[in-house]
Amino acid sequence: MVSPIRFFLLVLLLAFGPALHAADLRIALAADVTSVDPHFANIAPNNNIGWHVFDALTHVDENARLIPGLALSWRAVDGTTWEFKLRRGVKFHDGSDFTAEDAVFSIERAATLPNGQFAGFVRRIVAKQVVDAHTLRLKTAAPYAMVPQDLNSVFIVSRKAAAGAATEDFNSGRAMAGTGPFRFVAFRRGERVDLARNTAYWGGAPAWDKVSLRIMPTDPARLAALLSGDVDLIEQVPPADLARIRTRADLQVAQKVSWRTIFFHLDQYRDRAPGVTDRADRPLERNPFKDARVRLAMSHAINRQAIAERVMEGTAIPASNLVSPPVFGFAPGLKTEAYDPEGAKKLLAAAGYPGGFATVLHAPNNRYVNDDQVAQAVAQMLARVGIAARVETQPISVYLGRARAGEFAFAMLGWGSFSGDLALRALLATPNAAKGAGTWNWSHYSNPKLDALIERSFATIDENRREAIAQEAMTVAMRDNAVIPLHHQLVSWAMKRPLAYAARTDEFTFAHHVRSR
Amino acid sequence: MPVTIIRRLLQSLLVLFVMSLLVFAGVYAIGNPVDILVSPQADQAEIARATAALGLDRPLAAQYWVFLRQAAAGDLGRSFAFNVPAIQLILERMPATLELAIAAMLIAVVLGIPLGLWAGLAPDSIAGRTIMTGSILGFSLPTFWVGLMLIMVFSVWLGWLPSSGRGPTLELLGVPVSFLSREGLAHLLLPAANLALFKLALVIRLTRAGTREALLQDYVRYARAKGLSETRVVGVHVLKNILIPVVTVVGLEFGSLIAFAVVTESVFSWPGMGKLLIESINMLDRPVIVAYLCIVVTLFTVINLAVDLAYSLLDPRVRLSDAAT
Repeated sequence: MVSPIRFFLLVLLLAFGPALHAADLRIALAADVTSVDPHFANIAPNNNIGWHVFDALTHVDENARLIPGLALSWRAVDGTTWEFKLRRGVKFHDGSDFTAEDAVFSIERAATLPNGQFAGFVRRIVAKQVVDAHTLRLKTAAPYAMVPQDLNSVFIVSRKAAAGAATEDFNSGRAMAGTGPFRFVAFRRGERVDLARNTAYWGGAPAWDKVSLRIMPTDPARLAALLSGDVDLIEQVPPADLARIRTRADLQVAQKVSWRTIFFHLDQYRDRAPGVTDRADRPLERNPFKDARVRLAMSHAINRQAIAERVMEGTAIPASNLVSPPVFGFAPGLKTEAYDPEGAKKLLAAAGYPGGFATVLHAPNNRYVNDDQVAQAVAQMLARVGIAARVETQPISVYLGRARAGEFAFAMLGWGSFSGDLALRALLATPNAAKGAGTWNWSHYSNPKLDALIERSFATIDENRREAIAQEAMTVAMRDNAVIPLHHQLVSWAMKRPLAYAARTDEFTFAHHVRSR
Repeated sequence: MPVTIIRRLLQSLLVLFVMSLLVFAGVYAIGNPVDILVSPQADQAEIARATAALGLDRPLAAQYWVFLRQAAAGDLGRSFAFNVPAIQLILERMPATLELAIAAMLIAVVLGIPLGLWAGLAPDSIAGRTIMTGSILGFSLPTFWVGLMLIMVFSVWLGWLPSSGRGPTLELLGVPVSFLSREGLAHLLLPAANLALFKLALVIRLTRAGTREALLQDYVRYARAKGLSETRVVGVHVLKNILIPVVTVVGLEFGSLIAFAVVTESVFSWPGMGKLLIESINMLDRPVIVAYLCIVVTLFTVINLAVDLAYSLLDPRVRLSDAAT
């Protein structure tokens, strides 16, 4: 128990001390941090904390493009060997020097941590060679272009602090020594993460002495905390509140196109798609989604501009691609399908559905921005061309399982990816568990030409050539209307003036990128 | 009496068993936690690995058997999402919820009984009518809306109180509590008031009804005829008799305050157990859901027992006889 005198002093301090230090920053995060172990759960809220305390060999900039991190440069020595030149003079928070040994240790920990979810990023590395303290060579069995990209997901921990450490040791702070812009202070599960400035940060010490990241998943609570001055910056501002925030002179908004693209999968493998009937509820002879004209007609029936402006209240931009414009592999040559209900009707008639048909449109209702309302709007637009789409929405926990079980013929999905070829491999490559392809290909879309392009892209070491191939693959898939792209979400932050935030496509909220102008 | 207690505990063990079975089947029917836990970038091999690591690749009956065996040894499993023992996760958050619930109950009782008495003694006065109208509001307004309004008025407009979160905590007998500091109290006030509102209305109505009924009883007339002061008639004779239903309801409602403080905790970002439960349901984090419900069932059992014991203290006619239950 606290002694009465100390307690009294503490009360005095709390009552009359300065409310807030000048260089403290309080941020409200929208999702719960389950652990601060950087190699445990690969979920955005955890990684967001990770990027404050740790670095990776490669980083990504605001546009989700790869830039040097703890590695100054990298090159392919031959088809299966990558060489990374590491930054010199970098120190971990525990005082030890950063060397190639720490990188090797971190890669091994990511590969072997029980229940860890980062093993997939290092599985292709078959050998690690420490050439000298600041040169690291990694070998793969076959030519694999994504090594630098994959290493963006592997946080580098101090070998000294983390040797033998379990997740608990990171949560308690004992093993939490990185090279990042902030030192770890405390993690109060479900409540907050406290950080302190790393004055020796190689990228320049951040502007804030202390940072407190508060976990506030409820939208109104987060907004109220900003309005009442309890926090200085909030992430994931609900679109409905943006207009109000913009009217306030003491607040401002930072916005950027997110990497998250919303699209619809269409069953293209079964002859009888579940839930698809004629308009009198009789089963159809064929699966209409197998016909490219029907898919194109549906795309033409959707007024993407109206959805972006009204339903999304300006926080979306119509999509033509499966990755958003700044992202590697975005094909700028593709144009958004025009809103053309008459053309859609003609296409449907040509495909043998002059009277349209009926289907169920499945969507989650707690995952993407206004997801259920977007689904309703799309269904109404489809009704105008004769496709009676009945909307069924579910919480994501129920939705994903049913989608994977193949219960949906027409289903919404949102996807964020660092590169176009990665997105295509997960979403549209022919499903193949051995190759890790088509994990999320609910459509079972299968196109040998696309599969070949994706494989070529993954094996092409040269960045420029790889991007050209990835763009070609995207073009092939989209021209075939393999899925119906809808929009790219915009991601918003709101903050007190005079703060400014360098808004990021990957949606992360970094205290070290918050500036006070 | 000891037999009663033992019998109650056995009954609650049965309830725990049935409840865990239902939750297991229920969560299984909703979906596969791996779908949510695993990163979207994970490929099929990763998903299979994660499924096996969590033991979810085995048949449901086998999973349940493993759970029962571990539970018998006092281990309710590790959280899928947090990778720490579920019990630890809940116990970490319990002080925050208990603090909130006790504060809310105190507000409800300390304000509710006098207000209810007043309304019962002077039912037709302006004060009496105002209290009753107010209690209707307390009943009918949804908690989340009132919470948002409280934040709007006291945090955003007036700026008197913080809008969310729990204040700094101090250790009191090894339990972290926040009500010992000014800042902690400031953080506690709004959520506690919000949570108390419904219970306050309930206590007011119960007390008022009890008072009105008691005033017509013979013993009150007799006490008045004896020339006892009004203070003594109300303060001793009336109050003591109306306390029995109030204690029952307060006791039972205290359990529900703890178990279902969810809404208030979410609105005020209060790091309590309720918030944990909602997040665990969203993540299909079965060990946490099961452990949470086990703890809540146990709490309810203990509270009900305490209510029965309190009865026998308040009313000499009530005895916890071993034969009667």
